[in-house]
Amino acid sequence: MTPQTLHDLRMAQPRFQGLEAGHRACQGCGQALAARLTLEESGPDVVVANATGCLEVFTTAWPDSAWRVPWLHSLFANTGAVAAGMEAALKMQGRDIKVLAFAGDGGTFDIGFQALSGMLERGHNVLFICYDNEAYMNTGVQRSSSTPHAAATTTSPAGVARMGKRHLKKDILSIIAAHHIPYAATASVAYPADLRKKVRRGIEVEGPSFLQIHSPCPLGWGHGSELSIEVARLAVQSGMFPLIELEQGALVGAMPIRQIRPVADYLKLQGRFKHLFADDALAREELAHLQALADQNIEDYALKAETADPLDTEGVDTVRRGGLRST
Amino acid sequence: MIRLGKEGGMIEIRIHGRGGQGNVVAAYVLATAAIGQGLFAQAFPAFGAERRGAPVAAFVRIAETPIRRRCQVAQPAFVIIQDETLAALPDTLAGLESEGGVMINSQRDSRALSDTFGRATYTLPATRLSLEALGRPMPNTALLAAFLTLTELLPVAGLKDALAQRFRGEVLAHNLALVCQVADATPRGIWKELVHAASA
Amino acid sequence: MRQALEGSQAIARAVALCRPQVVAAYPITPQTHIVEHIAKLVADDKFHCELVSVESEFSAASVVLGAACAGSRAYTASASQGILLMSEVLFNISGLRVPLVLTCANRAVSAPLSIWNDQQDSMAVRDAGWIQIYCADNQEAVDATIQAFRIAERCELPVMVCVDGFTLTHTLEPLELPDQELVDGFLPPYHFSRALDPLAPLSIGTLVAPEYFTEARHLHHAALLAAEKEIVAAARDWAAACGREQAPLVRVDGPADAKIGILTLGSVFGTLLDARDQFPGLPVKLMHLRCFRPFPVEALRAACAGLHDLIVLERAIAPGADGIVGAEMRSALADTDSPPRIHNFAAGLGGRDVPLAIYPRLLEAIKKPHPRMSAIDLRPELLPADSPVRQEAAP
Repeated sequence: MTPQTLHDLRMAQPRFQGLEAGHRACQGCGQALAARLTLEESGPDVVVANATGCLEVFTTAWPDSAWRVPWLHSLFANTGAVAAGMEAALKMQGRDIKVLAFAGDGGTFDIGFQALSGMLERGHNVLFICYDNEAYMNTGVQRSSSTPHAAATTTSPAGVARMGKRHLKKDILSIIAAHHIPYAATASVAYPADLRKKVRRGIEVEGPSFLQIHSPCPLGWGHGSELSIEVARLAVQSGMFPLIELEQGALVGAMPIRQIRPVADYLKLQGRFKHLFADDALAREELAHLQALADQNIEDYALKAETADPLDTEGVDTVRRGGLRST
Repeated sequence: MIRLGKEGGMIEIRIHGRGGQGNVVAAYVLATAAIGQGLFAQAFPAFGAERRGAPVAAFVRIAETPIRRRCQVAQPAFVIIQDETLAALPDTLAGLESEGGVMINSQRDSRALSDTFGRATYTLPATRLSLEALGRPMPNTALLAAFLTLTELLPVAGLKDALAQRFRGEVLAHNLALVCQVADATPRGIWKELVHAASA
Repeated sequence: MRQALEGSQAIARAVALCRPQVVAAYPITPQTHIVEHIAKLVADDKFHCELVSVESEFSAASVVLGAACAGSRAYTASASQGILLMSEVLFNISGLRVPLVLTCANRAVSAPLSIWNDQQDSMAVRDAGWIQIYCADNQEAVDATIQAFRIAERCELPVMVCVDGFTLTHTLEPLELPDQELVDGFLPPYHFSRALDPLAPLSIGTLVAPEYFTEARHLHHAALLAAEKEIVAAARDWAAACGREQAPLVRVDGPADAKIGILTLGSVFGTLLDARDQFPGLPVKLMHLRCFRPFPVEALRAACAGLHDLIVLERAIAPGADGIVGAEMRSALADTDSPPRIHNFAAGLGGRDVPLAIYPRLLEAIKKPHPRMSAIDLRPELLPADSPVRQEAAP
C-alpha cells in the first residue's frame, strides 16, 4: 500500500517489536518501557534469559507470551549462569545470535549476584540488563540491596524505631567495574535515546556488558502512574542516579546535569519517602543525608555541566568523555 | 443482628473488583466485623499476582459455628461488584443463588439492573461517593455500609469497629463519615429475607 | 485473646512471642507477609531482634544456622523455590543437630512455574532430616509454631512447620493468640548444649570418615524417631497451658467402625469435614496427618485399623513413581493383619481449588479400577487431543 500520509509513512517503517503489547504490566511500569526499548534496539537475532520477577511474570502467563524473541525463564539465582550456558552453546554452534540476560535488582544485586559475577569473570559474550526498580516488587515491595537509603519497603518500613532502609544502595556499578569488562553503563527510562544508544553499544561489544536501567515502579515507589518519567528524570537531575559509562572498569563518560535539582524535589513525589517530610529532627537529618549522597555523586562523577543552558534542560545529547576530574 | 437461618447456616459472599479498589481489604474488613460480633468468619482472595486494574475476586464466609471448608465460594448468596465493567464477565455472577442479591457500584437504576441480572439488585454510586468523601475512587467502604444496612447481617457499628482496627487519623475519620452517610441513605433490612433464605 | 487475623500475621506474632533473637528474611510468595509483619513489629519497637534481610534463601538458612550455633534462638520462613535453594543448608542444619524453626508456606515448585499452594516443596525435602508438622488451619499454625521451638530445643532437631500457602497464610479468620506470659511459661530461654563459646571451644561440622559416619547418621535417625515423644508431650503441655487440644500425630474424625478412610495433610482436611456433612452416606473416617516426620507408624496403624479402603489424598506427587504419602502408607500398613486397599490420589496441585465435591468423587473413584496414583481433579479435555495420556485419562 503506498503511504498516503505521514502516519502511513511512520507505520510503514520497520520497528522491531520484540515485546508485544497486551502484557499485564501495571500502568506506568518503568520496567516494561525499558524492556520494550531494549528489544526495539536489539532486533530479532537474540535469545533472552529472564530472571524471576515482574518482567517475567507479566509477560508470560500461560498460554500467552508477549515475547517475539526466543525466551527462557531461568529462575531467580542463576540468570547469569543460564545466559553463560546459552552463549557457550551458540558459540560452539557458530551462530551469530546475541544472548541477553534480563533481571531485576534482586536477581542482579542479591540472589543473582554470584552467577552474574561468574559470567562476567569468564568473559561470556552476554549483555546483562538490570531493570532496577529498587526493591523486590513482584512479591510486594520488599527491600533489596538496591533499595535506596531511607526508602520504606515492607521489610524496611518506617516506624517508631526506624526510618526506612538503614543501609545504603549497593554501588553495583563499582563492583561491576572491578570485573574490568569491556562495557558497563547506567541508563534511565526518562532518557530513551541515551538508553537505546547504550543497549546498541552493549550488543556490539564482544564480551560481557552490563546495563543498569533505572525503572520506576508506581506501586512500589508510591507515585501516580503518570509520573513515572518525571520521577525517573528527577532521579538523574538530582544526582541520585548518575548516568555513566565504564570501559574496562574506568569511567569514560557521564551525562552532565544542566540544572541540578534538589533531592527533595525527587523524593517528595514518592510515597516511599514520605516519612522524610515529617516535622522532626530525624527526618530532617535523613533528608540532609540523602542530599549529601547526591552531592557526592555529582562530585565523584563530575556531573555538573559546564554551562547552565536554559535552552537545553534535558542534557541528553552530549556525553562528555574524559572521566574523573584531574585535580 | 440477624440470626443466620438454622443452626449451621452460613452466608457466603463474593466480592469482585479490579486490583487497586480495595477488594481484599473489603473482604478482610467484612470478616473482621463479623468476628467482632462474636461470629465465625473467613476471608481470602482468589490468590494471584495482583496488578492494578486486573479483575480480582475475594471471598467471605460468615457463620455462627466454626468454618472448616477452605475452598473458593462457588455459590454465593451475595455478590458485591466494585467495578461495574466486571458485571458482563461470566465469572462475576457465576453460581449466585437464585434468591441471591447483587450489590453493585453503579450510577444506574437498581430496577433496570435487577432485570438484567435476574436477581435482587441494589446499585450505589460508590465511586462518586468515595471521591467526595475520601478524595479517592475507593468504593469498598461505601458498598459494605450499604450491604450491611440492606441485609442487617451485622450492625453497621461493627463495620466501623473493623475499620478502626485497620485505619487511623483522617483516613479513618473520612471512612467512618462515609459509612454513616451511606447507611442513613440505604433502605434498612429489605434484604433480610434473602439472608434467611441463603442460610437455610 | 480472640482476634481477626490473617494467617501470616498470626504466625508472625506467634514467632515474636517466642522471642527469637535473630530472624532471617527473604521474600518469596506466599510467605512474605510473615516476615513483613515481623519487620513492622521491629520497626514499631514492639519486638526486639536482629532482622537480617538476606540476599537469598540459601543465605537465610545459613544466617539462622550461624545464629543458632552462636547461641541465639533463630527463625526464618520460606516456600517453594526458596526451600529448594536452601536445601543444602537444610540437610546441614539437621545433620549438625541444630535446633531451629522454619515456616514453610507450602507452594508448588517450578517448572511449571506456580505461586500457588501445593506441598511439593516440603515433600521434596522430606528426607532432609527435619521434623515436619502440617497444619490443618491457622489456629494449629499458631500453636504448632510455638510448640515447635520447644520441640526443636529439647530434641536438638530443626522443625519445619508447614502451612498451606495462600489457602492458610492469606486467609483472615478468628484466632486466639496467647499472651506473652503464657508463652514464657511454656518456652524456656534458648539453650543449645553445643553453642560456640570461647570458654568451651568446640568444632562443629567436621569431616567424618567411613569409620564413624554410619553411627552419626544412625543417631540422627534415632533422634527423629525419639522426637515423637516430645511432639506428643509438647501438645499435651500446650493443651494444659492454653486449653486448646490438638492431636499431635494423627487426628481422627469419624466413627471407629468406619470401613472407608481418607487421609490427608493440610487445609484440605477442613473441606473434607464439611463435605462429609454435605454428602452423607457410608460412614467415613477422616484423618489428618499432622506429624509427617518422624513418620508415626504406630499411630497410623491404629488410626487405620478396621478399614477396608484407605484413600490417601495428597497435594504433591513423585513423578514416575507412586504418591509420596501413599507409598509410605503402603509401607506402614503392609505388615498389618488385613491391610486396607490403598487408593492414592493427588488434588489441588499448583493451587487448583479443591471443592466440596471432591469427596463424592473420591468415594466413586474407588469403586472402579484406577491407576496406582493419579490426580482426581485432572481435566482430560485440557490435555493435547492426540496425546495417548488423554485417551487413558478420559473416563
